[in-house]
Amino acid sequence: MKAFSTLYRTLDGSKRTNQKIAALVAYFRDCPPADAAWAIHFLSGRRIKLGVRRADIKAWAAQEADIPQWLFDESYNAVGDLAETINLIVPAGKETLGHGLTWWIEERLMPLVGATPDQQRCLLVESWKQLDPSGRFLWNKLLTGAFRVGVSRGLITRAVSEALSAPMARVEERLMGPWVPGPGLLAQLGDAASAADPASPRPFFLASPLQDKITDLGPCNEWQAEWKWDGIRCQAVRRGRRAYLWSRGEELVTEQFPEIARQVERLCHDCIIDGEIVARRDGSILPFHELQKRLGRSVVPKRILREIPVALIAYDLLEQDGTDFRDLPLSQRRGHLEELVRPVAGDQIMISPIVEGDWSELEFQRSQAAQNFAEGLMLKRKTSPYRSGRVRGDWWKWKVDPYVIDAVLVQSRRGSGRRAGVFTDHTFAVWKNGVLVPVASAYSGLTDAEMKELNAIIKNSGLEQFGPVRTVKPEHVFELAFEGVSRSARHRSGVALRFPRISRWRRDKVAAEADHFPALEAMITKTPIIKREITGELFPDWPGCGTDPTNQ
Amino acid sequence: MAELLRVTTEGLYCEAGDFFIDPWRPVARAVITHGHADHARGGCASYLASVDGLPVLRARLGADAPISTVAYGETVQLNGVHISLHPAGHILGSAQVRVEHKGDVWVASGDYKNGSDPTCLAMEPVRCRVFISESTFGLPIYRWNHDDIVRSEILDWWTECKNTGRVALLLGYSLGKAQRLLAMVGHDGPGPIVEHAAVASMTKAYREAGVALPQTRVAGEGMPEGGWAGSLVLAPPSVQGTPWIRKFGEISTAFASGWMQVRGARRRQGFDRGFVVSDHADWPGLLEVIAATGAERVLATHGQVAVLSRYLSEKGIDAGPLATRWSGETDGTESEPAP
Ligand SMILES: [Zn+2]
Ligand SMILES: [Zn+2]
Repeated sequence: MKAFSTLYRTLDGSKRTNQKIAALVAYFRDCPPADAAWAIHFLSGRRIKLGVRRADIKAWAAQEADIPQWLFDESYNAVGDLAETINLIVPAGKETLGHGLTWWIEERLMPLVGATPDQQRCLLVESWKQLDPSGRFLWNKLLTGAFRVGVSRGLITRAVSEALSAPMARVEERLMGPWVPGPGLLAQLGDAASAADPASPRPFFLASPLQDKITDLGPCNEWQAEWKWDGIRCQAVRRGRRAYLWSRGEELVTEQFPEIARQVERLCHDCIIDGEIVARRDGSILPFHELQKRLGRSVVPKRILREIPVALIAYDLLEQDGTDFRDLPLSQRRGHLEELVRPVAGDQIMISPIVEGDWSELEFQRSQAAQNFAEGLMLKRKTSPYRSGRVRGDWWKWKVDPYVIDAVLVQSRRGSGRRAGVFTDHTFAVWKNGVLVPVASAYSGLTDAEMKELNAIIKNSGLEQFGPVRTVKPEHVFELAFEGVSRSARHRSGVALRFPRISRWRRDKVAAEADHFPALEAMITKTPIIKREITGELFPDWPGCGTDPTNQ
Repeated sequence: MAELLRVTTEGLYCEAGDFFIDPWRPVARAVITHGHADHARGGCASYLASVDGLPVLRARLGADAPISTVAYGETVQLNGVHISLHPAGHILGSAQVRVEHKGDVWVASGDYKNGSDPTCLAMEPVRCRVFISESTFGLPIYRWNHDDIVRSEILDWWTECKNTGRVALLLGYSLGKAQRLLAMVGHDGPGPIVEHAAVASMTKAYREAGVALPQTRVAGEGMPEGGWAGSLVLAPPSVQGTPWIRKFGEISTAFASGWMQVRGARRRQGFDRGFVVSDHADWPGLLEVIAATGAERVLATHGQVAVLSRYLSEKGIDAGPLATRWSGETDGTESEPAP
C-alpha cells in the first residue's frame, strides 16, 4: 500500500503532467502486475460495488472512536468526506501490516461483498487498525467509492505505453475494451499478440469545435456535412449475431437501448458502426433530458421504453466482418455504411442524412438546425480516415451556438426575497493545472424538477457555508452555453463569459471529465459571434413575428 | 451563587472586582490574557498582564500604554477579589485568569494549548469551580502530532524546495506561530531564514523577552547572497496572492495551522503543503485540561461551543455556551481566520 500511497500523493499534489506521468511509469514498472492492474482500475474511475451501507460505516467508526454518533456526524459535516473523517477520528492501531494494494483489495474489500453486517464490521475494524494513516485514507476512499484523483485516461494510456514500451494506440484501444483487473492485465494491454476482446469498441474519433472562418476550410465539395445531434455517442458492435452498444465513456449501454440492439443484431454482417443515439418520437428528436431517462438504470421500465422511443443515427463504419475500415477515406466508408444499414433502416436505425449545398447554403442550413432538432452541423473531410481521439483538422462541429463548455458546480448562493431558501445562483469551474478555477456564474436553464433535485443535493452537500453561499462538493457537471469569451482583469480566472446559462446537466460525466481552461482561452473571440437570425418564416407559429417581440 | 464573571456589551466582566477580561471596547480596567488582536485591544485606561508577555503587548498596544504586570501565580487584590495569572501555553506571556471571591473560584482560559512549545511556558491547569474554556478545535478530528514529526516534515519540505531551486514560503500568524516555527526549525535548516516585516517585529519582541531564536533577516533588507532560492520565508497568511511574494521567484507555499488537519481546507485555499501546527488545544487536550481543572461547570467559547457543551453535558458536567463576540483570531491589522 506504501507504493500506491506515494503514487497517490504525487498525482494529487502535482500540477505538472510530466511529474504525474513519471510517477505512474515508475509505479507500473516497479509494482507487482496485479497492483498495477488494480491501480489502473481505480485511476480510470472504475469502482467495485461492495454493498456496505454508509450508515453502518459511520456507526462502526463512531464506536471504534468511542464517541457518540452525533459527534461523528458533526465531525463528518466539518470534514465533508467520509473516508477522511474516519481517518482522522478512528485511533490508529499499534502495528501496521505491510501488504500491497492487491492484498488490501482482494483480502479486505472483496470479501465485503455478500458478507453479513457483522462480518463486514470485523473486516473494517481490523483494517482500520492495521493500515498506516495514508494507506488507511486511500483504503477508506476505495471502500466508500469516493476514490478520485486528477488523472485523465490519456495520461494513464501514456504512462502504460511508456512503462511497457508499447504503442499508445494499442494501449488505448485495449483500455477501451472490457477488461478485468488481474496479474495479466498489463501484458494484455501491451502485448502485440494478445488480441483485444473483439466485442470492444474502437477509440472514438472526436470532433473539435470550429473556430476559424468556414471559408478557410477550402472548397466545399471536399466536405461532407451532417446534422450534429444532441444525443449519446455510441459505437454499435455486432459480433456473431450479438449486439454490444458502447457509450463514449466505454460503458456498455446495450440494456438501456434494447430496441436498437435488436436491430443491430438483424444486420447481415459483423461490424462496428459509429453513430448517435437520440430519443425520437413521431419523427421528432426529443430533448436530451428525455433521453437521459433511459440511462443510469439496469432495467429500463416498460413505461419509459414506450414513452421515450430511441433511434441510432448511423454515420460511420469502422469495421465489417473483421476488416478494419478505419484507414479508408470517409467517402468509401460512407458507401459501405449505406449498403450495410439500408436493409434494416427504419425507426430504430437510420443513416445520418447528408446536408447538401455550398458554404452559404450550409450556413443557412446551420442557422435552421433547431428546426431539425439538431445543435448545428458536422463537417467531415471526405478523404479523412477514422482517427482516434480528438485530432483537429478533419472533423469539425459547427454548432449554432459555438460557445459551450462542460463545467463543474463548485458553489451555490441562496436567493433572496421570494427565492430565499432556494439555491438559485451557481458558480461553475473548469480545470486549470489540476485545480478547479471558477469561470462563470449562471442561474437559469434548469427545469423545475432539476432545480429541486439540485437544491436537495446542495443542502445535503455538507461543505462549508458563508452566509447565503454554500461550497458544493465538486462532482456535478453542467454544460454551460454562452455568447462569447473575452479577457478580463476583473475576473480571477482572467476571462469573462458573456451571458452564461446552464444548457444541461451532464449526469453522464464526472468532474474529472469537465473542460480544461485552455479550451476556454481558445474561444476568446477569434470570429465575430454569428447572430442567430430569427425571421418570420423560421417561426411561422410565433404570434406577431417579424416585429420586435419586446414591443408588444 | 452569583455569577462572578458575566458577558456585557464591553466584554467579560467581573462586577465584584469591577474589571474586564479581554474587553472588546475601551474600559477602565482590563486584564489581558495575551497579545492576539481579538484579545488585546487599545484604548483602555489601565491594563494588567503577565510580565512574560510585556514586550509583545508593548509592540501591540504601544510604548505608552498603561500596562501593569504580574508574575505567573502572583495575586492582585481588587475590591476583595483575588486575581492571578497562570500559564496558558498559547503564545509568549499568554495567561489564564483565575478570579476568586468569597471562596468561589472561576478561571477564564483565554486561548490555550497543552502541547509543547519552546517559546513559552507550558500550560498549567488550575483547579476551579467554573472554567471558561476556549473550544477552537473542539471536534475529535483534531488531534495534533508531536512537534518532532511536524518539525521533520517542515525540514524535508524546505530541503526539497532548496533542491529544486524554489523558495519555501511558510505562512503562519505573525505573533506566536511564526516564532514557534522559528524555534522548531532552529539552526538545522538548509538555508537562510527570511521574515516578513510583520513577523520580524514580533520576533524582535520575543528576543527582547529573552526567547532564543535562530538568526533571521528581514525581507525588506534585500536578497541574501546567492539569491532567494533555498531560503525559508516566514510571512503572515495575508500575503498570499499579493505582489509581495513575487520577488521570490518560484515558490512552494505552505500554511502552518491546525486547520490544515482537514485536506479540503488545504486544497480550497490553494496551498502546496499544509503543516498541522496549532497554538490551540486539540480535542484530547481540551478534555484533559477540563478534567484537570475539576470544574463542575464549564462555559465554552471561541469555536465549537455547541459541540463541546453537548459532549460535556452528556458526561455529566454542567456545560453551556458563553456568549461572546470573540469569533476567531485576528492578527493585528491583517484579516485572518483563527489559527
Ligand atoms: Zn490567541
Ligand atoms: Zn483567541
